[in-house]
This record gives sequence, C-alpha cells and structure tokens, in this order.
Amino acid sequence: MPAVSVEGVEKHFGSTVALAGVDLEVAQGEILGLLGPNGAGKTTLVRVLSTLLPPTAGRARIFGLDVVDEAPEVRRRIGLTGQQAAVDEILTGRENLRMFGELFHLSVAGARRRADELLERFDLVEAADRPARTYSGGMRRRLDLASSLLVRPQLLFLDEPTTGLDPRSRNAIWEVTRELVDEGTTLLLTTQYLEEADQLADRIVVIDHGRLIAEGTGDDLKEQVGGQVVEVLLASAHDRAAAMEALGSAAHPVGEVRVQVGVDGHDALTRVSEVAQALDRAALTVRDLGLRRPTLDDVFLQLTGGPPPGAEPPAAPSPNGQKAAR
Amino acid sequence: MSTPTSASAPAGTSSGAPTPGPDGGSLYWLVRDTWSVTKRNLRHYVRQPRLLVFSTIQPVMFVLLFSFVFDGVVGVALPGGVSYIDFLLPGILIHSSAFRTTQTAVGLAEDLERGVVDRFRSMPMARSAVLSGRTMADLVRSVAVLLLMIAVGYLIGFRFNQGVLAAIGAIAVVALFGYALSWIFTYIAMVVPGAEAVQAAGFVAIFPLVFASSVFVPVATMPAWMASIVAYNPVTLGADAARVLAIGYLSDDYGSALEPIGWTIVVSAAILAVFVPLAVRRYRRMT
Ligand SMILES: Nc1ncnc2c1ncn2[C@@H]1O[C@H](COP(=O)(O)OP(=O)(O)O)[C@@H](O)[C@H]1O
Ligand SMILES: [Mg+2]
Repeated sequence: MPAVSVEGVEKHFGSTVALAGVDLEVAQGEILGLLGPNGAGKTTLVRVLSTLLPPTAGRARIFGLDVVDEAPEVRRRIGLTGQQAAVDEILTGRENLRMFGELFHLSVAGARRRADELLERFDLVEAADRPARTYSGGMRRRLDLASSLLVRPQLLFLDEPTTGLDPRSRNAIWEVTRELVDEGTTLLLTTQYLEEADQLADRIVVIDHGRLIAEGTGDDLKEQVGGQVVEVLLASAHDRAAAMEALGSAAHPVGEVRVQVGVDGHDALTRVSEVAQALDRAALTVRDLGLRRPTLDDVFLQLTGGPPPGAEPPAAPSPNGQKAAR
Repeated sequence: MSTPTSASAPAGTSSGAPTPGPDGGSLYWLVRDTWSVTKRNLRHYVRQPRLLVFSTIQPVMFVLLFSFVFDGVVGVALPGGVSYIDFLLPGILIHSSAFRTTQTAVGLAEDLERGVVDRFRSMPMARSAVLSGRTMADLVRSVAVLLLMIAVGYLIGFRFNQGVLAAIGAIAVVALFGYALSWIFTYIAMVVPGAEAVQAAGFVAIFPLVFASSVFVPVATMPAWMASIVAYNPVTLGADAARVLAIGYLSDDYGSALEPIGWTIVVSAAILAVFVPLAVRRYRRMT
C-alpha cells in the first residue's frame, strides 16, 4: 500500500485553479520532493493531503485512507510542518509542545517529558520559556517541526521547510529530516530550492500551474536537459558578446555573465582547455570556468519556460553550503 | 475508558516516540482536549494586557458610571426599599456578560487567521475542542469579571439579600446566559470572514438586545409599544432572573419568581441546542 495515492485531484478557489488534476503515488519510506515555483500549487496539494482542504474533484488516500471520508484516521498518521509556522505565538516553546502533546493524547506527564526531549533535540532549551513570538525565524521553524514530532508520524509533510532560513537552522532541519527517514517515516517535502530537492529527495516531481509536469530522480531530470557543459562565468556582462564570438557556435548564453559550451561527446578535458584558450586569446577576464552537468535550474528553465524562483544570485543553497554548480 | 500509556521516549527524533492515543471521538477526549485549549486561551488573556484591561476596567467603569448617572432618574421609579445600585447590578452583570460574548467571536476569528489552527486541524484531537475551549475560557473569564463587578458593587452599597444559595444562583444564571450567547457568536465567527467584520457584526447584533432591555431601567417606565418588545428580549429575562435571585425584585409582568429564572434557562438551553451543532458543523467543514 502506498503512503500517498492521489487520483485526479483538482482544487479550485473560485475561478483560480490551484490544482488542475494531479496524479501521484508515494511509496512508504520514500522521500518525495515536490518542486515548483511560487503559486504552483504545492501548498494546496499539501493541505489537501493533510485533510485541511477538501479537494474539488478526485480522491486522495493516505495509507489507503481517504483524506475526506476518513480524515480522523489520516490525522493519526501524519505530521505537518506548514509553510507558515503553526505554533502559538503567545505561549512559550515549552507550553506549545506540552499543549500539542496533550492534544496528541499523550498523558500529561508524557507530554511534559516529550516536550523536554524535543526542546533538547531542537536546541531550544534556552528559549524554552520565552513566548514563541520572540523567536527568530529559524527557531520558530524548529519549534514548528518539533510540534509535528510529539508522536511519531508515519508520514510527514514539510512545506518549504527551509525557505528563508539561516544555514544553521537549515542544516538542523535537514539533519532531523534524514533521521526521520532512517527511522522509517515517509516524507513529502516541497521546495523552491532545486538543490534541496536534489540533495534530499529520492524522487522529484515538478509541479507548475497545478499540474505535475515531470518526475524522476535528480539525475533523470538532468538527463532530459542534456549532457555535460563547460560553463564560463564572465567578470562583466559587457564581455558576453565577445565571449560568444570567441567560443563559436557551440556556445550559448544562460544569463548575463554566464555562457555554456556543450561538450557534445568530445573529450571533456580537451573541451575545457579549448574554451580556456579561446577566452585567453580574446583577452577576456573570467571569474570561473568549469565542467558541470546541468543543474535543476536548467531543468526548470526547460520544463517551465521560466527561470526558477530565487535561483540567481546566489545559487540555491545546498546542505554543505556549496554552490549549485559542480 | 482507556487512557494512553505514554511510551518512554528516548532522545531520538522519533524512534520510540509515542504513537497518538485514540482519536477524538469519545467524550473523554472531548473534555480533555477542551481543557487543553481552555488553558491556552486563559494564558492568552493573562498575557495580553489589552485583553485584561478591556475585560476588567470597562465593566467596573460601567458599574460606577451607570449607578451614579442614572440613580437620580431611575431611582425614583423604583418601588420603595429598592435602591438603584441593587436594581442595576444584576442587570449590568447580564449586560457585561452579553457584551463580552462578542469577544468570543473576535478571539475565534483571530484564531482562525492564525497558523496554529492549521495544526489543530491536522491533529487527531477532538475537532470541536477549538470552539469549546474558547467558550469555556470565556466562561471562566466571565465569572472572574462578574465577581470583580460584584466586589465593586459591594463597595458602593450593593447587597445580595436572598441568601448565599440565591446569590450563587444569580451568578450561575448570568454565566449560563452568557455561555449560551457565546455560542451564537462562535457561529458568527464561523460565517463572517475576518476578525474586524466579526466584531462589527457582533456589535450590531448585541447592541439592541442589551439596550432595549430591562438592564438599566424598569420596563414599566418605557412607552407601551416598546415595553411589549422589551418584555420578550432574552436579555430582559436574564436581567430579571438575576434580579429576583439577587435582591428578590420581581416586576409586575411575572406571576412568580420561577418565570424569569425558568425562561432564562429554557432560552439558554435552546440557544445551545441550536448553535452548538451549527457552529461545530460549520467549523468541521471550513476550508
Ligand atoms: N485560499 C485560497 N484562496 C484563493 N486562492 C488560493 C488560495 N490558496 C491558494 N490559492 C491560489 O492557488 C494557487 C496555488 O497556490 P499555492 O498552493 O499556495 O502555491 P505554492 O505553495 O506552490 O506557492 C495560487 O494561484 C494561489 O494564489
Ligand atoms: Mg506554498
């Protein structure tokens, strides 16, 4: 039985079609990355799957349970960390966790104990007795995630869990996410960060305008765009025309200061040195030059016909803090 | 009834974390979840100075203001031996309790705009606890404010004179009536979008009810056409019931003391019977 199965789900808000017929399956234990730009319908899909919104058409099941007809049973199996932190701003972190623990039907003592553990685990001990309203974005996110983990969810939804977070909080959330999956939790994660999906997810589904437009592993998606390229990062946008001329017909621009040259079956190393020599002859200053495979940014560009959100500059963050280009 | 045994959870993120207890179908869980949400809402009151001030200073001010302003005019229309503060206080308890119910609607509407309700709605808790926890917290607050107003009343000459049980009965009738009204406003919060609109709708609904009543003046002093409307106003019933219990004052419109008391209980029960299911169903279906 799949953890998530979605058949022809549509969601309309008046004349806005947020989901235009989505079919999707997520296996148990899988990490699915739902990738799409702002307004693509990610949050709407998560809200339908977590019983917060009834679909306009179609069916969705969680572990075989219908999200509309068997919502109470579904709620016993899921955790949700939404795009907006769903914690009580006036209560302290500790009070939030205790309250949610009680509402998950732990005993009062059990809820207290679990709250303390989670405060420890999420590095919130010092802030535990301050109102959540005083927390930074990262602390609030961690508290929010902790609130989803008072009891062990079989399926966890993370809606843009790291958007706008500092690297430290982002790393903490990634780490916890991996632990959860190791412990057998199925994860559905939405993101606008292409590299995040690539790093964390087993499988990526790309959503745009309420439709799923591509799916596969990060590598699969990259294959769709093409093979390796030599990428040149110019020192100035003024140099682009000159660089294009120096590099000949194999070159194409991918941004104001970025030019790519297809390797196209040549020896990659030779190609790099050819490009370097050509630029050198033209006396152009280069900030970076290297061999790389297309990133998901390129995938995105190709699939949706628009630039990925927040991709440039700087490049989407990755867990180890390196830039996307490899 | 089974209470969940909470597993001893090791420090791991979720390994060994407890699994959720039984879902929120049973009465036991409804009561416990209501209590958890009630605690949350009471903490909100205590920690938000704006709410504390609004819910304490204003009623106290009303007691003082009305008792001094209207004393000269209304006092003379009262039967001998009934002072205006004795007449006023039971009425103004109802008045204040009715007015405060608009705060139930505003609090709920604000909740619905808050992210935390999304979490409540995605959890296996008793769904209606969000509503019952709100009305319960408002009931607790209401009783606290009633006691405060009575204390202020005592300072300026008000006295219960029907015995302790009747005094408790007076407070209970006022609290019950306010609790019932708060479910009407719970429903309003479910159907009117946005906290400000809810506040406006609440005031429009409550104003005529409260002022076209026997809260401030005896019905007998009003023009006949108005008196006949006012007599059927549930707020009048509540004020008269509180009055009979507090000071033994019964206007000529009633045959016996049981009439206003009985009708207030019946009206409150009827309001609850209609609006609790309406509000809960509406909340469950909300998107
Ligand atoms: N409650 C709502 N009412 C009206 N339109 C909505 C509502 N929620 C989402 N939408 C619209 O549905 C579309 C998808 O939104 P959303 O699911 O939030 O996208 P994402 O999470 O991918 O950014 C957007 O056009 C958004 O404006
Ligand atoms: Mg979103």
